[in-house]
Amino acid sequence: MLDSKDRIFDNLYGFEPWNLASAKLRGDWDNTKDILLKGREKITEEVISSGLRGRGGAGFSTGVKWTFMPKEPTGKTHYLVVNADESEPGTCKDREILRNEPHKLLEGCVIACAAMGAQVCYIYIRGEFINERYILESALKEAYDDGLVGKNACGSGLDIEIFIHHGAGAYICGEETALLESLEGKKGMPRLKPPFPAAAGLYGCPTTVNNVESIAVVPTILRRGSSWFSGIGRENNTGTKIFCISGHVNTPCNIEEEMGIPLKDLIEKHAGGVIGGWDNLLAVIPGGSSVPMIPKDICDEVLMDFDSLQAVKSGLGTAAVIVMDKSTDLIKAISRISYFYKHESCGQCTPCREGTGWLWEMMEKMARGEAKKDDIDTLLSLTKRIEGHTICALGDAAAWPIQGLIRHFRHHIEDRIDQYQKESNQNYG
Amino acid sequence: MVNIKIDDKDYEVEDGLAIIQACEIAGVEVPRFCYHEKLSIAGNCRMCLVDVEDSRGLSPKPVASCAMQVSEGLKIFTKSERVKNAQEGALEFLLMNHPLDCPICDQGGECDLQDQSMAFGYGSSRFDGDKRAVESKDMGPFIKTEMTRCIHCTRCVRFSSEISGNDEIGSIGRGHDMEITTYLNQAVESELSGNVIDLCPVGALTSKPYAFSARPWELNKTETIDIMDAMGSNIRIDSKGLRVMRVLPRLNEDINEEWITDKTRFFWDGLNNQRIDKPYKRVDGILKPTSWKSALELAKEKISNSKSEKISALSGDLVDIESVYALKKLMKNIGSDNFDCRQDGSRISGPPERWLFNSTFNGVEDSDGCLIIGSDIRKEAPLLNSRLLRKSRDDEYKIGVIGFNNDLTFDFNFLGENPSIVEDILIGNNNFCNDLSSMKKPLMILGQGALIGKDAQNFQNICIELAYKFNFINNDWNGFNVLHSAASRAGAMSIGFFPSGKGMITEEIISNYNNKKLDLLYLLGADELNIERNDDCFVIYQGHHGDTGAQIADLVFPAAAFCEQNGLYMNTEGRVQESIRSTFPLGEAKENWEIIYLLAKEMSFDIGFSNLNELRDQLIEEFPIINPYREFETLPSPKKDEFNKLNGHQFKRIIDNYWQTNSITRASSNLSKRNNYIKEENNR
Amino acid sequence: MTVRRLADNQDIKFKFDNQDLKFLNSLLENYPKDKKQSAVVPSLFYAQRKAGGWLPEKAILAVSDFLDMPKIRVLEIATFYSMFNLQPSGDHFVQVCGTTPCWLRGAENIKKACKDYIGQEREVSKDGLCWIEVECLGACVNAPMIQINDDYYEDLDYESTVKILKDIKNKKNIIKGSQIGRKSSEPLERD
Ligand SMILES: Cc1cc2nc3c(=O)[nH]c(=O)nc-3n(C[C@H](O)[C@H](O)[C@H](O)COP(=O)(O)O)c2cc1C
Ligand code: SF4
Ligand code: FES
Repeated sequence: MLDSKDRIFDNLYGFEPWNLASAKLRGDWDNTKDILLKGREKITEEVISSGLRGRGGAGFSTGVKWTFMPKEPTGKTHYLVVNADESEPGTCKDREILRNEPHKLLEGCVIACAAMGAQVCYIYIRGEFINERYILESALKEAYDDGLVGKNACGSGLDIEIFIHHGAGAYICGEETALLESLEGKKGMPRLKPPFPAAAGLYGCPTTVNNVESIAVVPTILRRGSSWFSGIGRENNTGTKIFCISGHVNTPCNIEEEMGIPLKDLIEKHAGGVIGGWDNLLAVIPGGSSVPMIPKDICDEVLMDFDSLQAVKSGLGTAAVIVMDKSTDLIKAISRISYFYKHESCGQCTPCREGTGWLWEMMEKMARGEAKKDDIDTLLSLTKRIEGHTICALGDAAAWPIQGLIRHFRHHIEDRIDQYQKESNQNYG
Repeated sequence: MVNIKIDDKDYEVEDGLAIIQACEIAGVEVPRFCYHEKLSIAGNCRMCLVDVEDSRGLSPKPVASCAMQVSEGLKIFTKSERVKNAQEGALEFLLMNHPLDCPICDQGGECDLQDQSMAFGYGSSRFDGDKRAVESKDMGPFIKTEMTRCIHCTRCVRFSSEISGNDEIGSIGRGHDMEITTYLNQAVESELSGNVIDLCPVGALTSKPYAFSARPWELNKTETIDIMDAMGSNIRIDSKGLRVMRVLPRLNEDINEEWITDKTRFFWDGLNNQRIDKPYKRVDGILKPTSWKSALELAKEKISNSKSEKISALSGDLVDIESVYALKKLMKNIGSDNFDCRQDGSRISGPPERWLFNSTFNGVEDSDGCLIIGSDIRKEAPLLNSRLLRKSRDDEYKIGVIGFNNDLTFDFNFLGENPSIVEDILIGNNNFCNDLSSMKKPLMILGQGALIGKDAQNFQNICIELAYKFNFINNDWNGFNVLHSAASRAGAMSIGFFPSGKGMITEEIISNYNNKKLDLLYLLGADELNIERNDDCFVIYQGHHGDTGAQIADLVFPAAAFCEQNGLYMNTEGRVQESIRSTFPLGEAKENWEIIYLLAKEMSFDIGFSNLNELRDQLIEEFPIINPYREFETLPSPKKDEFNKLNGHQFKRIIDNYWQTNSITRASSNLSKRNNYIKEENNR
Repeated sequence: MTVRRLADNQDIKFKFDNQDLKFLNSLLENYPKDKKQSAVVPSLFYAQRKAGGWLPEKAILAVSDFLDMPKIRVLEIATFYSMFNLQPSGDHFVQVCGTTPCWLRGAENIKKACKDYIGQEREVSKDGLCWIEVECLGACVNAPMIQINDDYYEDLDYESTVKILKDIKNKKNIIKGSQIGRKSSEPLERD
């Protein structure tokens, strides 16, 4: 379990004010100038050796990603774009950072800009987080007024501007290139890659997109040293992580814990345990709605980190743990997720635009039991015709939950079909 | 060049090609819907997925071949299991919501979805739910919509923003509910809108005027050229029996690429209205049918009884070079030099480089800036305008306009209305001079509207001077361009159908006509003259429509329309192309050259030819520039000439109403519907 | 999501006044000079507030005018992003999260509370309340939850939702955030 002295987000729950004075007492903006003066290479090296992997879902090394930015000025503006579009069902960690620890994020932005030679940073915050945006805007004003952001930020000699931009309700804008499109005033439709954002991103300029949490932990890593961070967790899965535990637990919560904590510990120690006890557990979606669920027997042992979850054909994703106890209608639960993806598909790629709707319709039929047993194979084959065939990963995200369900709970679907047939026979008979 | 492997065979292809293009060159078919060479890459239909393998191994998932470029050593697999699954999948998803209404769909027989389902899918979808029904949209009188058929390839959307530049078509909503539409069902205003009918791979956007009139396999297809403007767009005319059923573009990268204007696409119904199908002569003030024999006799009598210096001829905007040449010979035989092809009063003259589009249309691509003088280019040559739109995407490309401040679909720097601004620029007294000085290959585009009136020659000389002063003309660039809007003008000019030295020009002919000092006026398809009938001058009109020319005529010779005979035309670049007969002359109408030949015979002139081949041989021998088979070459730069200060020179609008610029278009109800539609909508 | 269309009744005055333009121009300062279009979402959002929670056509045209964008492009944006309401949405616009994490914890009861105390989904009640089901609002460990105008109300059940709705009708003060006494998303023993 994470030692409280190793916690990064001391004010995760907002028991103290978010404002600059308070943030400084918690250690934010403490001699940021010195960190900035280490220079691009040093900062990036630290972040690489800390082992920090992106907290937005894909888990790519944050420091390595920064090295993709041009080393020399290109004559264009270089951008950092912070992804605060948090919309993956189950996920609600960035919101807490935005409203309770905004200065950690802002300081992280300044440092990250310095590390990748960016002059301008946009924070793209989801439209529904209106109060969170107001807080962030106020915090940003404090930071500007205090000379921490803007011309000669923190007295480092670097000019770093931060702007806040908001969306208006579209999950897809969390995908980094859709986010850039949206920021350019277009529909949030993911771009074809290549070119990658580091070559041609926002307004065609070199750009890096990072998740809120990835950026907000950076100042602490640089203050306490990369070896401190990499000493937490397991190899290749280091540091602390905010987990969002929702669903059928006694005390749903956000909690900063060490990477690689056993799922069972996480639920029992922090979320008050599964409703009705651990044995009442049916399945867990461990990383946000996009990742395949795992049944209880896997949950018994699995560790909460990128590699362990991948090994059981699921993923850490955003570390949003959705717990489902035995009372759950699993088929309906997944069908509701299918509806979500249908609702959020941007509509550009054929397989996703048409396929997500189809999947949902089939899932509804499965939930009612109105299907035939070979429909399960049809459904599976449809997910395989979407997966990997679209511009962005939303298609995959729509396919995986269903694949997970069929992989582990095919018998549930079959039982439902049998039951439906029995009932309708009785009705006719 | 790079070496690649496609399905285990070696190929060497050009660097920078998209995989889909490389496959095409190699003759390997990759299915596609959204990809189109002339549009930006959307990569959204996901039909063209292929597997690729490079030094890092096989790609983790199939890639869109339209969106990825070839690279050295790349191995491409178009038939792997994975690729098959992806392509069948994309098709299955497309068909899932696509109606099964092929039998009543106008796209039937030329539908990409139909074809590709046969080739790459299993022709159906396992979907058994309710298909999505999408409300059809009103896009105006040309485009019929059946939006349930739309497969969301966004070609039409990209066309609207990238080629037509109007940004009128978009996709609203998202995901499954995404719909292609104009802004709240407004009619499309672009002059190029009909191209989306060709672009749409399915039957979602079809031709409203052509709706349900024919199936593609019943049509007779003639590859020919367009004469609705002076660009010489390459077209295909599809006809059924004696009727033209539709007009489609043909690919010609040098001219129209693969687009045509809406005027070209939809003029065809004008060929069936108000046609002159027999000779007429005026009896007691009214035109009455007559026979060819008596018509020719009457013409002979009138010509013989007129003083040769009181006989004049004007040629119109749609006539072929051969008939103008024949008419010129006739006039020479008569002994009159009073003939002119510049019925709009333009004063262009001198060698061709003074009145052709010297840089050629392709030169637009090489140019790095543009100055438009006295031309409403969007109306005079919409496809040229579209090329400029493409250039204007580059922030560095500056466009200056002197003359008409109209919506050109792109941003430009309006320098003013007054021609004297050219003088200011010449002496360095204009803001645009800075921009001009930085250009290495600028275009100057002079419209006919800049070249009308007494001071026109002088004005043109000033422009040539300006061209030399800035880089419009230099050792390796000739960006001095005159833009025509009349299809027959450049051809008639190059065979000298205008007075040089003696003889009357249009303006004099008309004033003599109005002052009753003219005995006989021969109008060869000249319909854009603003004159009243009078009894003192005998007017012979040769043409195909009962339009303004016929109304003032005393004798009417029924002639073939351009698509009912073969004939040569020179476009505004100086390119000579042949228009090919697709249907036959109506009723008793005859080919244009033949009418003049018969008249010459009636008058016992030795005109020197008795069929079209002989005529052409003679024509080309006398004017080698007319040889359609000659290598198209660029002309020398125009020479500088003396000039004076401008004296009241003014620009004139050549085209008032884009949809009604000639006798065929004025007879077309397709086009007049379009014209009225926009007017009504503006009133709303 | 059904196809989003502009409201039939467009009988509303809408024009940006000087104060609006001042705000909109201040938005433009967030973006490079030649990238005005970037401000389209914030501008529409502002226009929606001004019009009372929905986007009449005049607002779409006004934004297209202000940003020099083709009308169809603005319409695309207005119909793509789900927070733009094309129909009037009342003074108290209740968005009920119905996605799985909330569903697992009883979002259906919250929808029922809305039906019982407001009426049919999307219809504005005479007290100016209107509710719709929306997708994940990003407060999943506080499920089930709703958003009313700008504010989140969390850790709900049928009763607490009904109380909120009643309090709104009776113009009483309501506590924002968690309804079970949580500060935010900390673990809290429930009894
Ligand atoms: C459909 C979709 C939605 C996404 N939504 C989010 C999101 O809400 N927040 C986020 O940080 N990343 C999201 N991502 C991941 C981003 O594309 C991107 O990988 C991430 O912002 C990179 O940040 P990181 O390297 O710091 O993790 C999403 C990806 C996809 C495909
Ligand atoms: S209308 Fe036709 S061209 Fe336009 S998106 Fe649909 S299928 Fe493609
Ligand atoms: S042709 Fe390549 S994705 Fe459509």
